[in-house]
Amino acid sequence: MITKRIIPCLDVRDGRVVKGVNFEKLKEVASPVELAKYYSDNGADELVFYDITASAEGRALFTDILTEAARNVFIPLTVGGGIKCVADFERVLSCGADKVSVNSGAIANPALVKEAAQKYGDQCVVISADIKRVGGAFHVFAKGGREDTGLEAIEWIVRCVGEGAGEVVVNSMDTDGVKGGFDLELLEKVCNAVDVPVIASGGAGKTQDFIDLFQKLPKVDAGLAASVFHFGEIAIPDLKKELAKNGIIVR
Amino acid sequence: MQNAEKILLPGVGAFADAIKKLRETGLADCVLEQARSGKYMLGICLGMQLLFEKSYEYGQHEGLGLLKGNVAPIKGYIQADLKIPHIGWNALHFEKEHFLFKYIHEGDCAYFVHSYHATDCKDSLIAWAEYDKPLTAAVAKGNVLGCQFHPEKSGDVGLNILKAFCEVKA
Repeated sequence: MITKRIIPCLDVRDGRVVKGVNFEKLKEVASPVELAKYYSDNGADELVFYDITASAEGRALFTDILTEAARNVFIPLTVGGGIKCVADFERVLSCGADKVSVNSGAIANPALVKEAAQKYGDQCVVISADIKRVGGAFHVFAKGGREDTGLEAIEWIVRCVGEGAGEVVVNSMDTDGVKGGFDLELLEKVCNAVDVPVIASGGAGKTQDFIDLFQKLPKVDAGLAASVFHFGEIAIPDLKKELAKNGIIVR
Repeated sequence: MQNAEKILLPGVGAFADAIKKLRETGLADCVLEQARSGKYMLGICLGMQLLFEKSYEYGQHEGLGLLKGNVAPIKGYIQADLKIPHIGWNALHFEKEHFLFKYIHEGDCAYFVHSYHATDCKDSLIAWAEYDKPLTAAVAKGNVLGCQFHPEKSGDVGLNILKAFCEVKA
């Protein structure tokens, strides 16, 4: 039977891995290529590279790093950040990415998901949504969590999946950086609304958070995190042993 | 291709587009000729599906016909309420002993991404994965080999399969 996936996320700016706590106060971690190789050798099931660069120089540096990582890492690689058009898909896929995640780009250009899915296949298009509670409703945020789009999150995700997104990353801004566990309330709503794989992001602080995630929401396919892995608070091989002990199928 | 020692037939995308392109460029005939000459070839994902006789992905399409069997949707085949595509790491179960598995073990996981699967291919089936029902994971008939999963994305297990493929002597 298919295993639950554990996915470290590497935020890359100006060629270095960073991790934002509640999307602010960026702290440097390590070389993205080295870190990717380390994770691949130590039980990660997949990697996400997120380009948070704004400048053209930074973008060129990112594609160089991506190419280098894809040459050295033999597990699936998802790339996100700054994906605005089909040409951006082409740019990162030609560097060796397997899947491309879109967020603000799909909000600004609603045809993007469909166009990309038709060209590269559903399995290649990941919709990533930054979601926060606003007055009792779940809203989608754009621009790295700085802008409330006013879009209702579940409707937005259902629409993107209908247009061909093959996976959904649900990033809860309310639980992100807090390390108090994943946003199970939000994740359950998403799992009940779509039938494509759902990746939980935001809130992992300890091993038990992953156990709770997969036990309480068996429909969730993967858990994504950054700082708890980067700072060595959770080692993926240990995490997988604990998950297995709790009856959760892992690789 | 004539000068190559071995041939890899990769592929992502739709069956109809891929087989059309192979035929238009003359590569289909070339692959068939090389297969008949006894050269080892390994189809990966869609590349494996192309080796079969027929596919029912959006219509009905003739494949290369190097292996007996067809390609059909997973939807309707599995009964449980499981997600399609079949995406992720799944354990390999060996149907037969094979040199491709020389450096790996029963139960090792490989990375799959597909919505269609090979059926009616009992004589070439060498490994399967369980997803409510058995899904064809790897096939082999003499020098013609294929895997539904992506060895190039399956970490050490995948690299070890590719190593075994590279080492086999024609």
